[in-house]
Amino acid sequence: MTAPAPIAMLAELTHRCPLSCPYCSNPIALAQKERELSTEVWVDVFRQAADLGVLQLHLSGGEPASRRDLLELVKAARDAGLYTNLITSAIGLTERRLQELDAAGLDHIQLSLQGTDADMADHIGGYQGGFNRKMQVAEWITQIGFPLTLNAVVHRKNLHQLPRAIEMALEMKARRIEVAIVQFHGWALQNRAALMPTRDQAAKASRIVADARVAHKGTLVIDYVPADYHSDYPKRCMGGWGTTGLNVTPDGTVLPCHAAETIKGLTFDNVQDKPLSDIWYRGAAFNAYRGQDWMQEPCRSCDRRKLDFGGCRCQAMAIANDPAATDPVCIKSPLHDKMKQLADGFANDETAPLIYREFP
Amino acid sequence: MTDSTPLLSGVPFIPRGVRLHFDKVRALWVLLAPERTINLDPIGLAIMNEIDGTSTLDQIAENLSAQYNAPVDEIAADIREFVAGLMDRRILEVRR
Repeated sequence: MTAPAPIAMLAELTHRCPLSCPYCSNPIALAQKERELSTEVWVDVFRQAADLGVLQLHLSGGEPASRRDLLELVKAARDAGLYTNLITSAIGLTERRLQELDAAGLDHIQLSLQGTDADMADHIGGYQGGFNRKMQVAEWITQIGFPLTLNAVVHRKNLHQLPRAIEMALEMKARRIEVAIVQFHGWALQNRAALMPTRDQAAKASRIVADARVAHKGTLVIDYVPADYHSDYPKRCMGGWGTTGLNVTPDGTVLPCHAAETIKGLTFDNVQDKPLSDIWYRGAAFNAYRGQDWMQEPCRSCDRRKLDFGGCRCQAMAIANDPAATDPVCIKSPLHDKMKQLADGFANDETAPLIYREFP
Repeated sequence: MTDSTPLLSGVPFIPRGVRLHFDKVRALWVLLAPERTINLDPIGLAIMNEIDGTSTLDQIAENLSAQYNAPVDEIAADIREFVAGLMDRRILEVRR
């Protein structure tokens, strides 16, 4: 089969981050600063991505503001014709730097929210003063007029703050809020017992989102990532593996999805060795789960296979120990009951501590 | 809750953070917006091309009606549907 051209690229500029969120989805082993791609290589990658058909560029990390060349990278991305989105915690952004990013043509900012007050946010982010700083930066963002999406990551410890998070998005004049119930990949896997929402919390979050969508129609767009483990059907894996988007890690490794390195047996190419187009169309990792030939039962004969593509490959790896298995969340998976038990077991663990990530 | 039916006397405009862009690789016009890409069909593109920040929806309907030799009521209905859909997604705004 011929793969379509990718629409989106996530550029993980660095793994460095002042925060140490326990739900970090980056891998356990982080790329050191010395291994990060240079400005010149990133600029070339942005041009290659635009030529390949990428329209949307997400500058992420770690904390992308930790890169001293962020301004140059944004300029280069805009020069390449890419819609440029900065995914940030706000730490490392000053009013002056925001004005410079504005002049450089930054299109949009996605601001993460760890909690709706300093106690919660600084506790979850593991960074004292982070919340107050974020609120200051949010004011500058609004004053400058950047289009803003607030990204509220919610879990058992802060889901009660969801209504306030939606109010805050309105107060910040954000056009969008992404309500993301935490997904368990990378570092987050070991914090499932501390963060797993209860079934009641997950259901309540869905109701809050549905009501808010009606109440704020035309003012605030709400994207919603429901609680994965409590679902009956899996999430759509990357909108189709190797069909829509790609990820470039700080050292230049190109991944079909953020967590793909957890899948044993896959080999990944690096932008320093091969053209991006070769990697996208011919790379072994990208072709591994394209189309449907790799599917097993019950996916192979299931009508939903074109909707959700069998669910998350990384989750199949993590729970079923087989990356080609049906996502264990699926009600048709033989592991669905195990998944429910896992979810309820984690959700009712009242003593689990938060395990913070540390940058080496 | 805001009324998402745009008034015909309103002036539509493209807000900051939304760009009309020709996608060379796929050979089609798109709207680039925060974390969304909207593919434009010929009707959508014709409407977007008329949005200049000063013309009212009414005037745009009349212009397109003349250009395409189609009844102005039909065109106006198409425009309202198109604009309302994008307004709900915060991709287009209308000054009243």
